[in-house]
Amino acid sequence: MKKLISAFLLAVVPALGMASGGAHLDHADIDMSDQASLQRGAKIFMNYCLSCHSAKYQRFNRMAKDLGLTEQEVKENLMFTTDKIGDTMNIAMSADQAGDWFGTVPPDLSVISRARGVDWLYTYFRSFYQDDSRPFGVNNIVFPDVGMPHVLWELQGPQKAVFKTEKDAAGNDAQVFDHFEQITPGTMSPEEYDGTARDLTAFLSYVGEPIQMERQRLGKWVLLFIAVFFVIAYMLKKEYWKDVH
Amino acid sequence: MSMMQNFVGWIDDRFPMTKVWNEHLAQYYAPKNFNFWYFMGSLAMLVLVIQILTGVWLAMSYKPDAEMAFGSVEYIMRDVDWGWLIRYMHSTGASAFFVVIYLHMFRGLMYGSHRKPRELLWIIGVIIYLAMMATAFMGYLLPWGQMSYWGAQVIVNLFSAVPVIGPDLGVWIRGDYVISDATLNRFFALHFLLPFVLAALVFVHIVALHKVGSNNPDGIEIKKGPKGNRWSDTAPADGIPFHPYYSVKDIAGIAGFLFLFAAVVFFAPEMGGYFIEHPNFEPANPLKTPDHIAPVWYFTPFYAILRAVPSIMGSAFPGVVAMFGSILVMFFLPWLDRSPVKSVRYKGTLYKVILGLFVVDFMVLGFLGTQPTTDLYIIMAQIGTIYYFAFFLLMPIYSTMDKTKPVPERVTE
Repeated sequence: MKKLISAFLLAVVPALGMASGGAHLDHADIDMSDQASLQRGAKIFMNYCLSCHSAKYQRFNRMAKDLGLTEQEVKENLMFTTDKIGDTMNIAMSADQAGDWFGTVPPDLSVISRARGVDWLYTYFRSFYQDDSRPFGVNNIVFPDVGMPHVLWELQGPQKAVFKTEKDAAGNDAQVFDHFEQITPGTMSPEEYDGTARDLTAFLSYVGEPIQMERQRLGKWVLLFIAVFFVIAYMLKKEYWKDVH
Repeated sequence: MSMMQNFVGWIDDRFPMTKVWNEHLAQYYAPKNFNFWYFMGSLAMLVLVIQILTGVWLAMSYKPDAEMAFGSVEYIMRDVDWGWLIRYMHSTGASAFFVVIYLHMFRGLMYGSHRKPRELLWIIGVIIYLAMMATAFMGYLLPWGQMSYWGAQVIVNLFSAVPVIGPDLGVWIRGDYVISDATLNRFFALHFLLPFVLAALVFVHIVALHKVGSNNPDGIEIKKGPKGNRWSDTAPADGIPFHPYYSVKDIAGIAGFLFLFAAVVFFAPEMGGYFIEHPNFEPANPLKTPDHIAPVWYFTPFYAILRAVPSIMGSAFPGVVAMFGSILVMFFLPWLDRSPVKSVRYKGTLYKVILGLFVVDFMVLGFLGTQPTTDLYIIMAQIGTIYYFAFFLLMPIYSTMDKTKPVPERVTE
């Protein structure tokens, strides 16, 4: 019996461990309990993203409450697209206009952190590089032939990607990304820019699931309750089963 | 007589309340040696209730409309009071249902619960499993994400692969030439209906169980053993009343289950992309096929079997036959098993090894079904598929070759 269970576990655990491959992603290392970080991320999002990308399921007043801001603060500093604090984060650009201007419709970012994962977003923000063959002059390592310009380029400063030649699985020469080289400095130092990318990632993670912090806070109490209930239920079972031989 | 007794008497003259209570709970004698694996039946019923209740509440805010479905799920997650909890309980419940049922089915395989006189009980169980799969498949379309859409596209296309009537059959199922608003509407209607069919089937399953009595880890028929216990002279000596003994035991089991369930709901609702898949956070887009389409984990063993079978003359039909065959073969299990003993406890090394490998095989197929196909994976899936069918179809041979041990007369501790 015990052997069967351990055989079972031995078979399941490796299967769960083996998952997903793809390009190397840097660890975002975001701290969802750091409200200052989330607020900085919100500021970047409102100033740089929310003109082309919407977050149409996220309400401004919900964000105010969850990020520890007053509605007045949000209205004055973070709301550029609407006057109503109960509105969701929409944009003025229509899908048709977007198609004309960019050749594609910028996706809504409400749940992008859940579709892509936070590590992907963090790496993406830091992986734009100069590529004159692209319409906006930039490309991205984790999103090849991306359709958007590098909106944060002033902060980061332009960088170029250095590739090295490696043999691929079929034995042919292939260009593999090696590292970035800064062309000119941005207004932020590389460390500051990584911090900004981290703040923005944290904010998008929040927008992806506004309840996540509350969910985990509540979860501890739920588990504690069930654990206590289990002990009582187990003792009750023991008491009833005393006379079964 | 007290008022209460009067009242119960009044009911009993008109409805067999006390009789049903006694026959199915207070005087239903279950073997006293149930172990961990015997929690799964009551847990499956618990999960079905969770799914029906959370499902009804989700339906109060969900919109089965191709334009609005994705947004209405986010509305539930953000604007509906406790909507996130109800939704995560439902999404986790779907996976939990299959975890519990797979363990329940494996219990049956281990202890020979499919053997005479429980053949019909097993068959009703396989029908329940099929109904569950249909319910889960239709429910998965409702969030209207990319994986919902393309997963449904792939599965409905399987029906289109049937020779001659296939293309018409596909259109008939979808109500359109592609998965569309019409498909979403009918899947929602059926996803709401099927759980009640499931509940009815569970009732029939339990009626059949109580007719033949529960099996146990020793695979001994306690009804054929000596009679007489503390509660009744005619009841099996190794039986104890289901209530209160197993009702209190199941409550402890439920608490243990709920601990794990809540841990997932509150701390890992996506379960690393296995319970809620990452591509499903992108709205369905009929013009953009995802790079890699994989069904949810509980369907992947069968998906691996589907992909393992090569097409014949450009038709995927052989794979479809193998996939459905891999489930239909379960119906014949009671007659494929010819071992003189029921429980794995008294079977020989041969059967234990074959059963253990079957578990590994099912897991490996499950893993392969989540992965993009490569030459190596295809070969592995083909070996896995052959083993899967050999396990069932060669059972009449190896189950008689196996060296069994003598079965004791009474159940063991």
